[in-house]
Amino acid sequence: MSSPTPIQNPPGFRPIAPGNAQKASRDLHTISLLVRDAPGVLVRVAMVFSRRGYNIESLVVSPAARSGFSRMTVTCSGDPAILEQMIKQLSKLVDVVHALDHTSSDRYETEIALIKLRCEGEQRREVLEVAEHFSAKVVDYAAESVILRVYGGSEKLDAMISLFSEDSIVELVRSGKIVMTRALEVT
Amino acid sequence: MENRVPTGAEKLIQCLEREGVEYIFGYSGGAAMPIFDALVDSSIELILVRHEQGAAHMADGYARATGKPGVVLVTSGPGATNTVTGLLTSQMDSVPVIVLTGQTITPMLGKDGFQEADVTGITYAVVKHSYLLKDAADIPRATREAFHIATTGRPGPVLIDLPKDVTQGPCDAPFVDDVDLPGYTVPTHGDPALVRQAAEVLMNAKRPVLYVGHGAVISQAGKAVIRLAEKLRAPIVNTLLGKGAADETHPLHLGMLGMHGTAYANKAVDHCDCIMAIGARWDDRITGKLDEFCVDAAKIHIDVDPAEFGKMVTADVAIAGDARLVLEELIPQVSAADTDEWLAQCEQWRKRYPLKYAKQGGLRAQHVLDKLHEITQGDAVITTDVGQHQMWAAQFCLSTTNRHWISSGGAGTMGFGFPAAIGAQLGCPDKKVWTVCGDGGFQMTQAELATAAIHKLPVKCLVINNNFLGMVRQWQELFFENRLSGVDLVGNPDFVKLAQAYGVKALRIRRPSDIERILTEAQEYDEGPCLVVAEVVKEDNVFPMIPAGAPLSGMIIEKPKEQMAKPTGST
Repeated sequence: MSSPTPIQNPPGFRPIAPGNAQKASRDLHTISLLVRDAPGVLVRVAMVFSRRGYNIESLVVSPAARSGFSRMTVTCSGDPAILEQMIKQLSKLVDVVHALDHTSSDRYETEIALIKLRCEGEQRREVLEVAEHFSAKVVDYAAESVILRVYGGSEKLDAMISLFSEDSIVELVRSGKIVMTRALEVT
Repeated sequence: MENRVPTGAEKLIQCLEREGVEYIFGYSGGAAMPIFDALVDSSIELILVRHEQGAAHMADGYARATGKPGVVLVTSGPGATNTVTGLLTSQMDSVPVIVLTGQTITPMLGKDGFQEADVTGITYAVVKHSYLLKDAADIPRATREAFHIATTGRPGPVLIDLPKDVTQGPCDAPFVDDVDLPGYTVPTHGDPALVRQAAEVLMNAKRPVLYVGHGAVISQAGKAVIRLAEKLRAPIVNTLLGKGAADETHPLHLGMLGMHGTAYANKAVDHCDCIMAIGARWDDRITGKLDEFCVDAAKIHIDVDPAEFGKMVTADVAIAGDARLVLEELIPQVSAADTDEWLAQCEQWRKRYPLKYAKQGGLRAQHVLDKLHEITQGDAVITTDVGQHQMWAAQFCLSTTNRHWISSGGAGTMGFGFPAAIGAQLGCPDKKVWTVCGDGGFQMTQAELATAAIHKLPVKCLVINNNFLGMVRQWQELFFENRLSGVDLVGNPDFVKLAQAYGVKALRIRRPSDIERILTEAQEYDEGPCLVVAEVVKEDNVFPMIPAGAPLSGMIIEKPKEQMAKPTGST
């Protein structure tokens, strides 16, 4: 993997440590699918990606408003030239009602991350300052660690995560991006 | 029969009867026993095979010959996995087949029960769709949906996995007639604006070519292709799977194109200024090196599957729809293009580069197949296995009638030919059915000689025996300095004795002078199957040939003097 794209620090901030090697969210494609809620649908969708060597960065699937259907949001990386073809192959699946590429559409997107950080003494103050700047909440406060919960656009999460050194991050869980198109356009 | 609630198995069989199923190709086993039991009282005839792969190919051949879906019934575990090759074969060539597999009881799913296999998991990649039924009440809906999905749009295989407790327990759900599949739509008529655009592109062409594929066979567009060709004054070429849609003996037809197509078909494609794909998918056997394929030609693509647009080739006009319906809309909008010079040029190529073979110095497969064409005149259904014999059969047995040519193209499955012929004969009892196989492929499913014999099916099985895996040997001769590896079929049985061991009539062709007499005898023998083994020269090569990954201009017409570089394309 090539070296990570440097992420701009918010003005007036001194990073605790150099940025982490997380793939910049702007290099990823976002596909949303409306699918039937049935066993096996997830596997069939995932296989369209794996067959082409397209890596899935995140996949969120949960019930849609209409009962019997689910919404899937897939963030993936790979050759953009194949992407259009893959959308068609996804649409071809009997269980997929539609598949749309949202990489450049007008949409609202969000994601949640939980970050467990090792910190004691002075470090803890700096961590809490970063948290406050990104409107992250401390959801666990232990003797040698805290867990921060942050939500927002994927690039905001990337930015915050990059401010912590690899040594201080004990664990990181991201929910994966979910999107919705603006106004009455179909997601 | 009492008025009790039917079992899942009985309901399933009733659903199949409602779908008009006449034959089930199958092999029994523990997990499928409730279904086999229900079959005893059914109007559907079970064709008991000798290997599940045979069942899968028989259902496939039946479907290709009749246009109706073929049905397979096998048991769980190894019975089901033995159909995977057949599923791949059907999927690659878009053939409607329903495969019913027995399965362990639902509480044992995923617990490594006896003869349990994750069949739905294993087959995701080789089916159009599949079902694992956990509730007998789903049987009528799933069956109706399966038949609908298998037979509409771009046809394909659908698998239904049936646990034994589901088929053994009661099913009181009603039959269904309608399907509710919001994710499944089928294009029919082409967009009028795009059709008009295509018409303009065609009429402005000076060197157009109509490139016909399996989609034209499926939608029965062949006669429309001929009308379009005559009206527009354009030559026709077809793929291996497109044979028979449009009469290959028509004066405007240049034969098969592609890796082993005729030289004149390939030259026409290589020099055209407009090529229209009718139910064809620009397969690598056709295009050769993609970035040198028809670079300056306008391309039109008619296909029922929009996912094919831009997969291999990005056409200038891409029309999603049924091939026949789109052509019907297109034909009134075209008139003759200015193609006199072009047609004359194509005829020149036809005269200068005919297919040829030696009639002396040993028995040649090409000679036998040329005679077969003479005797059957396109009226017989011909299935083939896979290899050199397949290519020669495609070159010399010109197909005149839709669904009279049956061959495994996309998957190239050895062992397909003979069982496919059995399925085709059952589907078309009044037609002469021939299969052309090599000694390699025939041995993969030869046990089905029993099936053909039991049902007294007058299938004529021509085995082209050169004691070699011929096509691979050809590649090793041309590209691997003749270092032969894994192609020498020593230990072949005497095929005549083998057939006779099954009680099947068998004949042998040893010399060119035997050909006509023996083939005629087989053609006229209708009491049961007849095997004809042709003992041909051990080494021979299929030409023309466009090595994989080479452009059309890299076509070779005879063996070159120097060793060639290894091909860069796939296989």
